[in-house]
Amino acid sequence: MLIGHFTEQPWQDDTSGLMGTQSTDLGISNSHYDPLVGAGLYNRYLDEKMYAEEMGFEAFMLNEHHSTPFCMQGVTNIGAAILARQTKKAKIIILGNVLPIWDDPLWLAEQLSMIDMISYGRLVSGFVRGGGRESFAHNAPPHFNRERFEEAHDFIIKAWTEPGPWRWEGKHYQYRYVNPWARPLQQPHPQIWIPSTVSVETVKWTAEHRYPLVLLATKLEPTKDAFQLYHDTAKENGYESGTQNLAYLFKVHVDETEEKADEVARKFLSGVSNPFLSGNEGQVNPAIMGLPGHTSRTSNRLQAAKFGPTGRFGTNRRPYEDQVKDLTIISGTPKTVIPKIKHVLEYLRPGSIFFWDGDGAMTHEDQMRSLRLMGEEVIPAVKEIGKELELFSSFEVDPATGKKISAETTIL
Amino acid sequence: MAIDNKDPIEEEVMLANTRVKLRKSGTGDPLLILHDEMGNSNWLQFQKQLSENHTIYSISHPGCLGSDQPEWIMNMRDLAGWYLQAIDELAISPVNVLGLSIGGWIAAEMAVMCPTIFNKMILVGAAGIKPDEGEIFDMFSVTADVFQRNCFFNPPSVPEYQIVCPDDVSEELAIEWEYARESTCRVSWKPYMYYAGLPNLLDRIKNLETLIIWGDNDQIVPLNSGKIYEKNISKSILKIVKNCGHRPEIEKPDEFVRLVSEFLK
Repeated sequence: MLIGHFTEQPWQDDTSGLMGTQSTDLGISNSHYDPLVGAGLYNRYLDEKMYAEEMGFEAFMLNEHHSTPFCMQGVTNIGAAILARQTKKAKIIILGNVLPIWDDPLWLAEQLSMIDMISYGRLVSGFVRGGGRESFAHNAPPHFNRERFEEAHDFIIKAWTEPGPWRWEGKHYQYRYVNPWARPLQQPHPQIWIPSTVSVETVKWTAEHRYPLVLLATKLEPTKDAFQLYHDTAKENGYESGTQNLAYLFKVHVDETEEKADEVARKFLSGVSNPFLSGNEGQVNPAIMGLPGHTSRTSNRLQAAKFGPTGRFGTNRRPYEDQVKDLTIISGTPKTVIPKIKHVLEYLRPGSIFFWDGDGAMTHEDQMRSLRLMGEEVIPAVKEIGKELELFSSFEVDPATGKKISAETTIL
Repeated sequence: MAIDNKDPIEEEVMLANTRVKLRKSGTGDPLLILHDEMGNSNWLQFQKQLSENHTIYSISHPGCLGSDQPEWIMNMRDLAGWYLQAIDELAISPVNVLGLSIGGWIAAEMAVMCPTIFNKMILVGAAGIKPDEGEIFDMFSVTADVFQRNCFFNPPSVPEYQIVCPDDVSEELAIEWEYARESTCRVSWKPYMYYAGLPNLLDRIKNLETLIIWGDNDQIVPLNSGKIYEKNISKSILKIVKNCGHRPEIEKPDEFVRLVSEFLK
């Protein structure tokens, strides 16, 4: 079992008028942006990651979004590069780089190789298609989103694995000279994980490629359905998937007393509006969500039939109390959160998990208390539960073959 | 003017190696209508009136509802080239052409590639040229119904407004719009709705009589683009329709049909 930490790295500024309001996606001018506040926040989030490693977290999940205050990290590779140098052991799991918005995926392949080398082989390179927000913010053609994702993916794998120079004359990318003077330390290349929230196509594509799938803070029951779809697709593709193929992100905050934990966990919902943070989504921009051709017509139908109209596996618009009740927010003292985490692990059987914490309006102090208590009590207990339940991560069992990975084959 | 209410004949045909929907109606010389960016589902007053004296040909653009999307069409040049072959196969050239909005852009690109393909050309609120003043409205930053509303200067005065932009959008219309937006997106996403070289390329059109029609309150493609078309096409004339938005053919159908009919006489 692998236990990681995640935060969206939200913008926080009480003077901006953005805290606790429900804004429209891509509807906020950056005239609200104070770079001095930004400088403090970037450093705060890096400090928290470094402390998380000290407290026993084995992985950092990093992401990026664009032109929006709910996620300050517009360039996930920068955060990853800094942590590659500043930390020693934790896996750096980028979930993920938004492939279709890259006009030059060779540059991305070089950056990721550098991060893998500087970190001595700790990179996990996740790739995503990105939402309409990302296409819109970087003027990437939405109608070619999936094609560009797949071509950039194939190109990067080749750039990492096939000695150059060679040419690439694809539909969306063309290069006359591919010969990057940087190659990943992990051979043949870093693990690739694929996060998903809504797309059945993505779940199937991920299983077909034998890549681990990460479900992002979705409700338990539909998450289990998506994991089952993965297992079924794996079987159709001639292999047996297991816990090593699955990861799950969910909200966990730990504090010194039940009262304090409840008070702080409510702050998940009172930061800047975040369309991915249930209960604090704000107004979805339907034009940006529905850019032409961004989602295939087939996939639209499947989503509607299978996952219903409420989006994100039915997590939208739910008050704090409901989320506590169905365990999409887990908060409390170590004593009360551990059995709840155990229930999630028993029910979903993921080999890797991420605790989503320190988000919304939570302060640095809130996050540091939680990280300390997680390190002292929660992580050791959850590791034991993982052993008991035989939950193996993709670093213990190969997700492509189901074979145990010996310690010698890992770099560190 | 009497209106022929007969619906057009609608058929599925193979043109330029693509299965497309073709609508035909009326009598007289052929008039090719290149429809706008929201599809080809309606049969409106201006079409009915024009079909009294012209045989209207209207192909649903590749990728729009009823027409397949050839994968190789990735920009406006591809689409204009596809249309040139389609017109060859219909054997109607030199043909009069009426291009509406993005349809006007298609017509202009076809004309610069093959000036003899058309007999006379009519461009209505045509996209394709980056205006010197103002910007082309970004149809993809709003939903389809909001875009449609913005196409009109004074919706309550538009007789067929509830047909083209109903309060309750049926599933059929929503699908029509979505397919049309996707087809449009393929050829117009970036740069958005223009080709920088087009004003210079228009210089090649020396002998094509061209009528340019623009609403004086067009909020979608600035009138300035129409003036650049006029300046760069030798034998062109710009007619501005008063109190009118981006769709003069629907907002002011009588005036529009009069302008077109006089020009085609």
